[in-house]
Amino acid sequence: MTKLAAIIPAYNEEESITSVVEALLALRIDGLTVIPVVVNDSSKDRTAEIVSKLNCILLDLPVNLGIGGAVQTGFRYAFDKGFDYAIQVDGDGQHPAKEIVKLYDTMTSTDANIVIGSRFLTKEGFQSSGLRRFGINYLKNLIRLFSGVSILDNTSGFRMLDRSALALVNDSYPDEYPEPESIIMYVKNGLKIKEVPVLMEERQGGVSSIRYFDQLYYMVKVSLAIIYTYIRNK
Amino acid sequence: MEQYYSYRIQIISIIVSLGFLFYVSRLIVKGKLREEYAIFWVVSTILLIIFSFWRQGLDIIAEMVGVYLAPNLVFASAIFAILIYLLHLSIVVSQLHDKNKTMAQDLALIKAELKELSDKKSE
Repeated sequence: MTKLAAIIPAYNEEESITSVVEALLALRIDGLTVIPVVVNDSSKDRTAEIVSKLNCILLDLPVNLGIGGAVQTGFRYAFDKGFDYAIQVDGDGQHPAKEIVKLYDTMTSTDANIVIGSRFLTKEGFQSSGLRRFGINYLKNLIRLFSGVSILDNTSGFRMLDRSALALVNDSYPDEYPEPESIIMYVKNGLKIKEVPVLMEERQGGVSSIRYFDQLYYMVKVSLAIIYTYIRNK
Repeated sequence: MEQYYSYRIQIISIIVSLGFLFYVSRLIVKGKLREEYAIFWVVSTILLIIFSFWRQGLDIIAEMVGVYLAPNLVFASAIFAILIYLLHLSIVVSQLHDKNKTMAQDLALIKAELKELSDKKSE
């Protein structure tokens, strides 16, 4: 039986976490066992308490590490416990469990090491605002410049990793806004990335890790990170 | 009159520098400041004391490196030293950040492992 860890980074997600975990537990894919792994990033609300009563693994961080550090905790768990694959699923309900099979099919039928669920390949489902799309487009061009691959939905956290990718992120993974710069890290380490179209929902609760006033900082930080990741992995 | 003023500032700077050296030493003795970070403070305080006593020294060095006004040399080198030290502190903070992250993750993983073991035991 192939084992998939569904890693759910959660920071103050008490409203949506139960439905996210239950949707994952209800998921049936042939030949695949899905085990939800919630990483509680030191939430101030009752997230940890709620999750501990659910039928899933809880990784309870004692201090807040941010999205990258939290996701990496889940990746480390999946790698240590010998999971074949790990998928990141947001705790706010943005990534529907039923879409996982699309990523899994691509993972098993191609030579991809990382499969990214993309909102933009077909323009269906929740699409994000104009300014944000402009930023994502800019990042797409920057990533293509430094890695030679074109990833349309480079800020999507809905990604599946195989064991060779897990081995890489087990050692190092960016802390803040990890999605775009990790693409460079994967490509520079010889891993293959595929994108598949998925339908995403609008978040059920919580706020985006990228808030309105932080967008300029986000762009500058991610641009720098992409350039330095490129140099580091040359 | 001029002589009087220049002595006054010399005395003030000697007192302040010595007081600072005393305070830094006390912090080290009490274990509140680690020696590797204290070196910077001790060395810069000693420099301050040297130049408080040896006032012509500043003019001599300024002339040597080609700075027209001696106080400018003081400001330039002090700002440079502060910048370097701030960079050093940023490096220290980054290292602490990484170590803290690894420890927090290890702790979360160990807690999960412990729970798994105790669940198995109670079965």
